[in-house]
Amino acid sequence: MADIKIFSTATCPYCVRAKKYLTEKNISFVDIDVAADPMAAEEMISLSGQMGVPVIVIDGDVIIGFDKTRIAAKLGFTP
Amino acid sequence: MISDLVIVGAGPAGITAGIYAARKKIDVLMISRDLGGQTLLSADVENYTGYQFITGADLVLKFEEHLKQFGVSLKENESVRNIRQLPSRTIFLETDKASYETRCVIIASGRRPRWLGVPGEEALRNKGVTYCATCDGPVFSGKAVAVIGGGNSALDAALSMVKIASKVYLVNINPALAGDSVMREKVENSGKVEILNNAVIEEVLGEKFVRAIKVRYAGALKELVVQGVFVEIGSVPNADMIDFVAKNKSGEIMVDQLNRTSAEGVFAAGDVTDVPEKQIIVAAGEGAKAVLGAFRYLARLR
Repeated sequence: MADIKIFSTATCPYCVRAKKYLTEKNISFVDIDVAADPMAAEEMISLSGQMGVPVIVIDGDVIIGFDKTRIAAKLGFTP
Repeated sequence: MISDLVIVGAGPAGITAGIYAARKKIDVLMISRDLGGQTLLSADVENYTGYQFITGADLVLKFEEHLKQFGVSLKENESVRNIRQLPSRTIFLETDKASYETRCVIIASGRRPRWLGVPGEEALRNKGVTYCATCDGPVFSGKAVAVIGGGNSALDAALSMVKIASKVYLVNINPALAGDSVMREKVENSGKVEILNNAVIEEVLGEKFVRAIKVRYAGALKELVVQGVFVEIGSVPNADMIDFVAKNKSGEIMVDQLNRTSAEGVFAAGDVTDVPEKQIIVAAGEGAKAVLGAFRYLARLR
């Protein structure tokens, strides 16, 4: 079972799509709202070196943006 | 393997084209950087016939469901970098991942935000410089930000940042704000937006992240301390990947009533073209027309 964290904001449509995608594939993840948690925002910024959302961390690998292809490859299924 | 049709882009034009192509049983492949395009970033859509109110994201979900019904081949997260015509009159596309050959192409690649083109912007892109207030706004909670622009998008961004940021500068190159008067009034009465008209941003400053911007204003070069820069100065067509079709002065691909470009076998639809109205419903209609035109072209080839 992969360890997955998504740094997101409530208004970002790519974040919504990323979460929906994982939910549809029955993959569990932790959703971190960086708007509500400034410390989490700092963590996201230092992990990814940038300030755009979503940032998806799968087993320590940092994926910036909703890159379906990379997420699927990392988790071992066809996008 | 030569396809009959490749559709570049999966926004409302591309997706509608995909559905029409599938129903005509055309051998079609869709290639797109994302699914949804600019529609995804629209908060409230109240003028797409049939939907009195829907968010852009939800409308894209509807489009996606409809497309999935037909099992159209879609290469997502793939960007077409170059399109050229081969001597055999087929069309060759190179993406960032592969290459494809096709008899016919529909370019429905939409538009992207215009960049400022000032020093520091590129290095600090996503490190404080952003083109999507909807997406990234909340990350700047309690920080000072600048919104560059003076039209509705800029006013919209400024207003949404009023509740989030500690301070909002609105840097407008023109003598006065444009956009709807309702929006202008809201910004002027917000109490938190400092409006700078006749102001030009000249540089974005910062090492790892944005720390300030340089603005030419009232005859002097001023440094404004901000951590975020929201660029809202319009959009440009995503037509750089093709250079053998006629384009207008704005770089948009010129099409006729049948969505034909100046090159045989090349069609275009939606916001990337010179269609005068850039609307979701117009793009969808253009996508449908383009496929019907492509279908007739393919039939004549046989």
